[in-house]
Amino acid sequence: MKFYQPAELRVVAALPLFGDLVPCGFPSPAQDYVEQRIDFNDFMIAHPNSTYVVKAAGDSMLEGGISDGDMLVVDSSLTAEHGDIVIAAVDGEFTVKQLQLRPFLQLNPLNSAYRPIPILNEDTLELFGVVTFIIKARR
Amino acid sequence: MFALVDVNSFYVSCETAFRPDLWGKPVVVLSNNDGCVIARNSEAKRLNVVMGAPFFKQKDLFRANNVTCFSSNYELYADMSKRVMDTLEAMCPGVEMYSIDEAFCDLTGVRNCCDLEDFGHAIRQSVKLNTHLQVGVGIAQTKTLAKLANYAAKRWSQTGGVVDLSNQARQRKLMAALPVGEVWGIGGRLAKKLDAMGIKTILQLADADIRFIRKHFSVVVERTVRELRGESCLAFDEFIPLKQEIVCSRSFGVRLTQYEHMRQAICSHASRAAEKLRKEHQYCRFISAFVKTSPFAPDEPYYGNSAAIKLLTPTHDSRDIIQAAIGCLDAIWREGLHYQKAGVMLGDFFSQGVAQLDLFDEHRPRPHSEVLMQALDELNKKQGRGTLFFAGQGIAQEWQMKREMLSPRYTTRLTDAMVVCVR
Repeated sequence: MKFYQPAELRVVAALPLFGDLVPCGFPSPAQDYVEQRIDFNDFMIAHPNSTYVVKAAGDSMLEGGISDGDMLVVDSSLTAEHGDIVIAAVDGEFTVKQLQLRPFLQLNPLNSAYRPIPILNEDTLELFGVVTFIIKARR
Repeated sequence: MFALVDVNSFYVSCETAFRPDLWGKPVVVLSNNDGCVIARNSEAKRLNVVMGAPFFKQKDLFRANNVTCFSSNYELYADMSKRVMDTLEAMCPGVEMYSIDEAFCDLTGVRNCCDLEDFGHAIRQSVKLNTHLQVGVGIAQTKTLAKLANYAAKRWSQTGGVVDLSNQARQRKLMAALPVGEVWGIGGRLAKKLDAMGIKTILQLADADIRFIRKHFSVVVERTVRELRGESCLAFDEFIPLKQEIVCSRSFGVRLTQYEHMRQAICSHASRAAEKLRKEHQYCRFISAFVKTSPFAPDEPYYGNSAAIKLLTPTHDSRDIIQAAIGCLDAIWREGLHYQKAGVMLGDFFSQGVAQLDLFDEHRPRPHSEVLMQALDELNKKQGRGTLFFAGQGIAQEWQMKREMLSPRYTTRLTDAMVVCVR
């Protein structure tokens, strides 16, 4: 039988033993600077209780940067202002349009192939929320 | 000072919030397995849709009047409920969730800053803005009176959904107008008994001699009377009492006949119960399983049975609990029956798993159980329910509850996000 040895035996040298704990390896110079990874929730969701994610279907807002299939982050707690992109209920359907308050109330598509939607009575306009971010998948 | 805030027809409102095409139209929500009507909006109420009545009995009525039906979408309701509760938390000094759509708010000190009725309207507005849900607010010195104020807010639309009942003259006026059965905690039988004694209105109950009440009724009724007089007896429960038992059970979507399917169901209930147990930081010793057939099936004998196992060492390991539950099932399983329901119950809780070890115990503590269970729960929490499950639960769960008219889980799944048209 052949006896294998992992490495040749060397003379055991006596070394002093220090009782203190010494961390092994080079201490990370970045250790004092560790931060959390970037979390997009912190960035895009200011009000978690009133934020909803919806999906866009159609092309009437192309010039506003919203294409078919984009994800929209919507905050319901914001007060819609002139020029905001909003989600509104029109004829029993939620639609994305730019809100025009001046000189008169109207919902504008951002695509010249579509016509604006006039709102005759302010009370009939039901807003779901204001679009705060548009998420596009590039690939 | 308390406020009772509750959402108007909560389940239906959650569904219609995302469906403008259904606004102003009759809508109902059905119970588990699409059995009964458990929620309806005012439009459906007007058509005489009956709450709690079986779906199949009202199918023709629904079809004739274009009533939209939804299966219970618990994922959606739970998330919307959380949004409501969190909105309340942000505004009130304290919030105690009473049910999925109701909460008691502690309004201590609010009066020093603003008018209570204005505050009620502010709550209403914030909830509406955040969740698109309409709430009713009742404000008073005690929980029982707040509940009554809330009833008034709902019943009379002139109130604008908010009633501040902190004024005693208003309390007496309202109580004189309502029958005693409308009081929180006074059920049908109690109301009848009170009626027979000449106590017909709530005011009469509030003015009754407390010694008389104590003599004829339980301490609960006495407490209710004191609460109606403005003496707060039901404190604000900041600490939720620990559970004494955990039950996981469900009716099946279809009647079960095969042992294999039943085993999967028991295994699923057991692992869900174990998960709940760990969430409560408890360990259990008592594990039982039950099965039953439908008591209403014609030409079939009813069978229902349960078995239990008592462990020597308390556990919260899913593997122990599943093993014990399956053991119970094997003891009560009978071939050739059409089972309708099954469940698992845990009891005899301990706050830690350490106990006297027994030399003869078959269920010994497993090594690294703590870490493994933690990893299991963590994964299912982070990656979504059902990420990691026991093979015994089965992959194609044919017995799962029937939800044929389920709406998208708008707020909890990206794939179910609401689609808005950009036309």
